[in-house]
Amino acid sequence: MNDTAQIYDQGEYNFAYLDEQTKRMIRRAILKGIAIPGYQVPFASREMPMPYGWGTGGVQVTAAILGQDDCLKMIDQGSDDTTNAVSLRGFFEKTAGIRTTYETSEATVIQTRHRIPEKPLTEDQVLVFQVPIPEPLRFLEPRETETRKMHALEDYGLMHVKLYEDIAKNGHIATTYAYPVKVNDRYVMDPSPTPKFDNPKIDRMAALQLYGAGREKRIYAIPPYTKVKSLDFEDYPFEVQTFDKPCGLCGAENVYLDEVILDDKGGRMFVCSDSDHCEERRADGHLGPMAASPEAGQFGGQNAQETAR
Amino acid sequence: MNAFQAEDPLLQVHNVTRYYGDRVGCLDVSFDLWPGEVLAIVGESGSGKTTLLNCLSTRLAPTTGAIEYRMRDGAMRNLYQLTEAERRLLMRTDWGFVHQNAADGLRMNVSAGANVGERLMAIGDRHYGNIRSIADDWLGRVEIESDRIDDDPRSFSGGMRQRLQIARNLVTRPRLVFMDEPTGGLDVSVQARLLDLLRRLVADLGLSVVIVTHDLAVARLLSHRIMVMRHGNVIESGLTDQVLDDPREPYTQLLVSSILQV
Repeated sequence: MNDTAQIYDQGEYNFAYLDEQTKRMIRRAILKGIAIPGYQVPFASREMPMPYGWGTGGVQVTAAILGQDDCLKMIDQGSDDTTNAVSLRGFFEKTAGIRTTYETSEATVIQTRHRIPEKPLTEDQVLVFQVPIPEPLRFLEPRETETRKMHALEDYGLMHVKLYEDIAKNGHIATTYAYPVKVNDRYVMDPSPTPKFDNPKIDRMAALQLYGAGREKRIYAIPPYTKVKSLDFEDYPFEVQTFDKPCGLCGAENVYLDEVILDDKGGRMFVCSDSDHCEERRADGHLGPMAASPEAGQFGGQNAQETAR
Repeated sequence: MNAFQAEDPLLQVHNVTRYYGDRVGCLDVSFDLWPGEVLAIVGESGSGKTTLLNCLSTRLAPTTGAIEYRMRDGAMRNLYQLTEAERRLLMRTDWGFVHQNAADGLRMNVSAGANVGERLMAIGDRHYGNIRSIADDWLGRVEIESDRIDDDPRSFSGGMRQRLQIARNLVTRPRLVFMDEPTGGLDVSVQARLLDLLRRLVADLGLSVVIVTHDLAVARLLSHRIMVMRHGNVIESGLTDQVLDDPREPYTQLLVSSILQV
């Protein structure tokens, strides 16, 4: 009898919601994905008790890899306390009864929508992405039969047509999220709608990355330390977003910032999108230019504990 | 014409037959095409000329028969024994295909420049400035103004779309271009301009062309040699002027005599 049946016996959910045969099927897809980095493995995606677009793919992957000793961190747009993150964390607390955390370094499994934590991940961690549209060529070539063939034949000229269009229309590569990458010099992959700011983190990351798309029924993966190159032109090289100001609360530089509107008179501030990173820095005594102002107070709270919970 | 005979054929077609179930698409067609030669396939609707063109351009596998093509390295290869990857490379470098409906051959939702540049990017060109200047040069050659380079083909007229499609196909300097009624659906004055342009490009680049048309005037203007098809069979072939001036088969005589004289 495995661990999971303990809860099952009590008339509760099977451990992590999915039944064992389904998890087995998903694990096989994951293993295949790891064996062929960047290749989209079809899998029999299940209906989940949440709408498509809420991370049904990521949830299934997480459910399949969770063990009872795991500690789960759930983030949505970098933040631990937005609706999506709170609901999905609650889902796994209820169905798996495992430990959850806000702290990046404490987590063994991190499920994310749109961001990669600022703190570098380690070999002991797994990063699970929720993916809406796994096919990077989809908006250029609507036929699935054709895009599969293009992947098979490594026929990726079309991807550059999109980047060409960006430059022709905007003067620079205007794709800022879901920026296409080439994995291990072979498959072109959509790194889910993460901002391109995070693309360099994907390259040779120590942690295992798993991508799950529930509606589109695809799983793909990047094994640790795999080369991932963002596509570009020789005369228009890939570059990430830069911010001219540091985080308003913690003063961090070279991190991805969210704009927060403060009033209807044009007041705004830029704060770390990774809320855990920001709180940790403030706990360490880093203060941003707006941390002491009254506007900042309502976002920052008195201390990290209060803001977080 | 004598120049062609000195060289080896570019394309050799051996007994190509295509059935659609019990129906005949085209039957037992054989011919050779030399470098720089323009071959017109004429006939009425349903005579099998488009079926034949699709067989030649690897878009439709023939039921029996073989088609050989001289690759750039000089070797003759059977087209249907190439791997899919080789065939695709061939189609986007050494070949062109001009559709009757330009929307079939263009990407309607990306700019004219990207349409022309797509083949270059597909074969590995990764320098935006180079791609753009080559695209600009080709738009000029097909008489599209430079300031339209960033416009969608949707905003182009029928004639412009057709010219854009031609530029898109010729950018990789193909040796063989297939054309399916390239002037169909265009009004007469635009047709005339397009034909002039095509004739000039074909001569300048030394292209081999297989052109399918029901319009004998197009065949007369562009082609060196002509094949007349009926019910899937090639019933007459020869030099264009010879066939059109002195048709041998009754059906060809009917075709030629049915041209309106204005």
